Amino acid sequence: MPTKDEIFDKIKNALVEALGVDEDEVTPEATLVGDLGAESIDFLDIVFRLEKAFDIKVPRGELFPEDILTNAEYVQDGKVTAEGIKQLRARMPFADLEAFSANPNVKDFGNMLTVQDMCRYVESKVEVTG
Amino acid sequence: MRWIWIDKFIEFESGKRAQAIKNISLAEEHLHDHFPGAPMMPNSLIVEGLAQTGGLLVGEYNRFEEKVILAKVSKALFHFPAVPGDTLRYTAEIDSITDGGATVTATSHVGQRLQAEAELMFAHLDDGNRSKTLFEPKNFVFTMKLLGVFDVGRASDGGKLVEPPGLAQFKAEGGANQ
Repeated sequence: MPTKDEIFDKIKNALVEALGVDEDEVTPEATLVGDLGAESIDFLDIVFRLEKAFDIKVPRGELFPEDILTNAEYVQDGKVTAEGIKQLRARMPFADLEAFSANPNVKDFGNMLTVQDMCRYVESKVEVTG
Repeated sequence: MRWIWIDKFIEFESGKRAQAIKNISLAEEHLHDHFPGAPMMPNSLIVEGLAQTGGLLVGEYNRFEEKVILAKVSKALFHFPAVPGDTLRYTAEIDSITDGGATVTATSHVGQRLQAEAELMFAHLDDGNRSKTLFEPKNFVFTMKLLGVFDVGRASDGGKLVEPPGLAQFKAEGGANQ
């Protein structure tokens, strides 16, 4: 069972390899898209690396709920609706959606997810010690 | 020009691993420009050959029901140039495969010498009408047949790899028109 530090280190390693960033760029506060330059296809790469590093399964849409963000039921005029936010909260308990909820532009969503969110996500999938 | 950068499969184990060969010949026009007086196989086309070896392996695993595209070259290392007269042996192994896509480790050898190594990621294209016209399964199956996959292929249960039933129908409708 890994500690939180071990989880962070493995995630850092996965991000360094998937995104070609330097180790010191990968801080808990760094956003995946804005700070680390992740593009949509990189999320698939990151998912593969997390699955391998932690021996977990990451179902499609769990880490990055693109199905909600492209669903007309939950998006109007480029903004996520109240019902959509509810869906996101249910799907992503590991992410801090407060700031996004205040101004839920779909185009800003990708810039919300941080390295810390990803750590919390993995912590929810594996048993953590310490 | 046909965009086929492998000549023949010599091994095909469904869902696991495949080997294909690529013979490099001075009859290939592009070698005379790359470079004049010093022909060598462009590394980008070696990556393409590795991707075709791995991509057909990934596509066959899902019976060509997913549209497989090369999404990312995570790593590509070349140890020496490949030149006319060389036979490249491409090996692709599936590391992981999910609904979203697959990762493949691939190598290129000349004889026993490691010529290139790469890590490739394939994505399954989201379904849509446009992708259907671009990626008809019958085209893949025709290419697989051309490349001898069904001569050497092994299914995941160890039995002989058989052509998908759709191919017989495809042939009955007039065969490959490409």
